[in-house]
Amino acid sequence: MGFLDISNVTKSYGAVEVLHRVDIAVDEGEFLVLVGPSGCGKSTLLNMIAGLEAISGGDISIKGRVVNGVHPSKRNIAMVFQSYALYPNMTVGQNMTFGLEMHGVPKPERERALADVSKLLQIDHLLDRKPGQLSGGQRQRVAMGRALVRKPDVFLFDEPLSNLDAKLRVDMRTEIKKLHQKLRTTIVYVTHDQIEAMTLSTRIAVMNKGHIQQLGTPKEIYDTPANLFVATFMGSPAMNIVPARVVLRAGVPHARVTDADGAETFLPFSQPNLTAWEGREILLGIRPEAITDPEGADRASENIVALPNRVTVTEPAGSDTFVTMTLSGRDIVARMRADASVAEGQVFDFAVNMEKAVAFDPATEERIAR
Amino acid sequence: MAAVTQDTAISTGRITRVFLYLVLLLFALFYLLPLYVMGVNSVKPLAEITGGNMMALPQVWTLDPWRSAWSTAQIGIEPTGLKPYFLNSILMVVPAVAISTIVGALNGYVLTKWRFRGDTWVFGLMLFSCFIPFQIVLIPMAVVLGKLGLAGSVPGLVLVHVVYGLGFTTLYFRNYYAAFPTELVRAAQIDGAGFFRIFWRILLPVSGPIAVVSVIWQFTNIWNDFLFGASFGGTSQPMTVALNNLVQSSTGVKEYNVHFAGAILAAIPTLFVYIVAGRYFVRGLMAGSVKG
Repeated sequence: MGFLDISNVTKSYGAVEVLHRVDIAVDEGEFLVLVGPSGCGKSTLLNMIAGLEAISGGDISIKGRVVNGVHPSKRNIAMVFQSYALYPNMTVGQNMTFGLEMHGVPKPERERALADVSKLLQIDHLLDRKPGQLSGGQRQRVAMGRALVRKPDVFLFDEPLSNLDAKLRVDMRTEIKKLHQKLRTTIVYVTHDQIEAMTLSTRIAVMNKGHIQQLGTPKEIYDTPANLFVATFMGSPAMNIVPARVVLRAGVPHARVTDADGAETFLPFSQPNLTAWEGREILLGIRPEAITDPEGADRASENIVALPNRVTVTEPAGSDTFVTMTLSGRDIVARMRADASVAEGQVFDFAVNMEKAVAFDPATEERIAR
Repeated sequence: MAAVTQDTAISTGRITRVFLYLVLLLFALFYLLPLYVMGVNSVKPLAEITGGNMMALPQVWTLDPWRSAWSTAQIGIEPTGLKPYFLNSILMVVPAVAISTIVGALNGYVLTKWRFRGDTWVFGLMLFSCFIPFQIVLIPMAVVLGKLGLAGSVPGLVLVHVVYGLGFTTLYFRNYYAAFPTELVRAAQIDGAGFFRIFWRILLPVSGPIAVVSVIWQFTNIWNDFLFGASFGGTSQPMTVALNNLVQSSTGVKEYNVHFAGAILAAIPTLFVYIVAGRYFVRGLMAGSVKG
C-alpha cells in the first residue's frame, strides 16, 4: 500500500479505452515521472489523479483514502499546469493565496504561508505584480509557489517546463530537483522529455498507447529496458538496434552481425541464458556510449570487444564526438570522447562494451531476460 | 501612428493627401448635416422655420422648444412632454440590459467551461433566436405577457427585451470565453472555487471588453425599439413611442422646433453610452494569463 495508489485504473471515452489497467504505487516522498510520446495517456492519468477527469474503472487512493468521486479541491493535491494558468486579474500574491482563501484559511496564516514560500522561491519582490508583467521563468516560479503554499499531500506537474526556452528549462529542472530534495514531497510529473524524466525522477513510468511499458528507477529503465519501445524512447541518441543471429562459439553465445564490407563479426554476449536462442534471430541493442574508441572503453567492464569497421560520418558535438558506422545494414551511432581521433572513411577499431548489450525477441519486442 | 503609415501604407504624395482629406471632409459634412439641421432648428422659434430657411442659424436663440419637448408638449392626449416616457425608457432599459448581459455571460460560461451533452445544440437554438423577426413573436408574446399579468407594464417590456437579447449576449460571451484558457478554470477548481466563485472571481474580471460590446448592443437595441414598446407598453410606453406620438400628431400646429428637440433628447442616451463605453472597447485585459 503506497502513499498514492493507482490500482487497475482504466479510462475510456465511450467505447474507446485510452488507458488500460494502470497499476502504480507511489511511496511518500517519491518523484514519479510519467513519460511517453503525445497521446500515450500520461496527461489523462494525471488529470484523473487530480480529479479533473472521471475514472472509468479501478481506484485511486491518496494516503489510503479512495478519492475516486472526490472533488479536486478536497483531495489535498496541487497542480502546476503547462501554461501556468495564473489568474490574469490577480497579483502574484493573490494568485498564490487564492487556494488558501477558498479553503477558509484566516488571513494572518495566509500571509505567513505566502511569505515563507515566496522567500523559498525568491519571488518575494514580485508579490504585487500581475502575471502579465512577469517573465516566463518568473511565471513558472509563481505557478510552483501557488502549489507549494497549499502544503498538499501530492504535487502534480503537467509538462511544466515545456514552455520555457532551452537554457531556462535546464535551470528550472535543477531547481525543481533541489526543491524536491529539500521538501521531500510526493510528486507526480508528466513530461515527454526523456532527459527530464531521467534527471528528476526517483522512479519512471514509461507509457505508450495507454499502457505502462515499464516502471522502474531511471537506471533500471536505461540499462534494462523492458522492451524495444522503452529502449528506443529513453536515451539520446537512441539505442542502436541491430538484427543479429545467435551462434555458439566455445559454448558462449555470440551475436553474428555483418560489418560495412560484408564480413561477418561475432560479438560475445555476457548473458549465458542466450544459449537457448542458438540459431535464432534476435535484435541486439547497444547504447551509443557502449561503443567507444579503445582508450575510452569502460575499464570496469570485463567484456570489451574490438570491432573494426568503416566510419561513415563523424559529428563533433563539443563535449562528445558522435561517430556513425554501418552494421548489418543499419546505421550505428557511437559516442566517443571529444578528442578521439576518428576520420571519415577510415577503418577504425571500435570498442564495444558487450556487458551493456541487451537482446530483444523480434516477434514480441520484449527484452530477453538475463 | 503617422510614422507607421509611411512604410506600411501605400506612399502618397502631398496632392493625393490633400485630395483624400477633402473627400473625407466632404463625407463628414454630409453625415453631420442632419445633426446640424436638428440642432439649429431646435433652438429657433417656430416662425423662423415655417417662414424661412431651414439651414440658417437662428436670428433669435431660444431654449423654449427644448423645455416644451421635455415637460409640456402634447403627447397623445396628455400635455406631459417627453419626461415621463424618458423615465419609462430608463426604467426599462437599465434592468433589461443588466439582466440580459449577466445571463448571457453565465450562458457563455456554461457553454464553454461546463460542457454537457448536447450543448452545441442548445447554443445553436439560442443562436437561432437572433434570426427571428420581431413581428413573428408579437401574438405569442402578448399571450404570455397576459398570462403572467405583465402586459402593459415596464417589467413586461424588460422581460420581452431580455428574452430577445439573450441570443445575442450568449453568442458574444460564448465566443469570448471559448478563447479563455480552460486550464485557469481547472486551476481554480483545484484551488477550491465553486461554479459561481470561478465565474465571479476569474472570468468576470477579464470580461470587460465583451461586456462593453454586449451593453452597447443591448442598450441601443432596447432604447431604440419601437415595435415592442408600442405593442406591449400599455400605459408605460417608452421614449420612442412617445416621440412618435409627438411628431405624428394630426391635430394642431406642427411644432417642428419641438419635434427636433424631442428627437435629440431621444438620441442622447445611446450617444452617451457609445462615447463613455467605447473607450473600453479595445483594452486587452487578457495579457499575461498564459504564455502567449
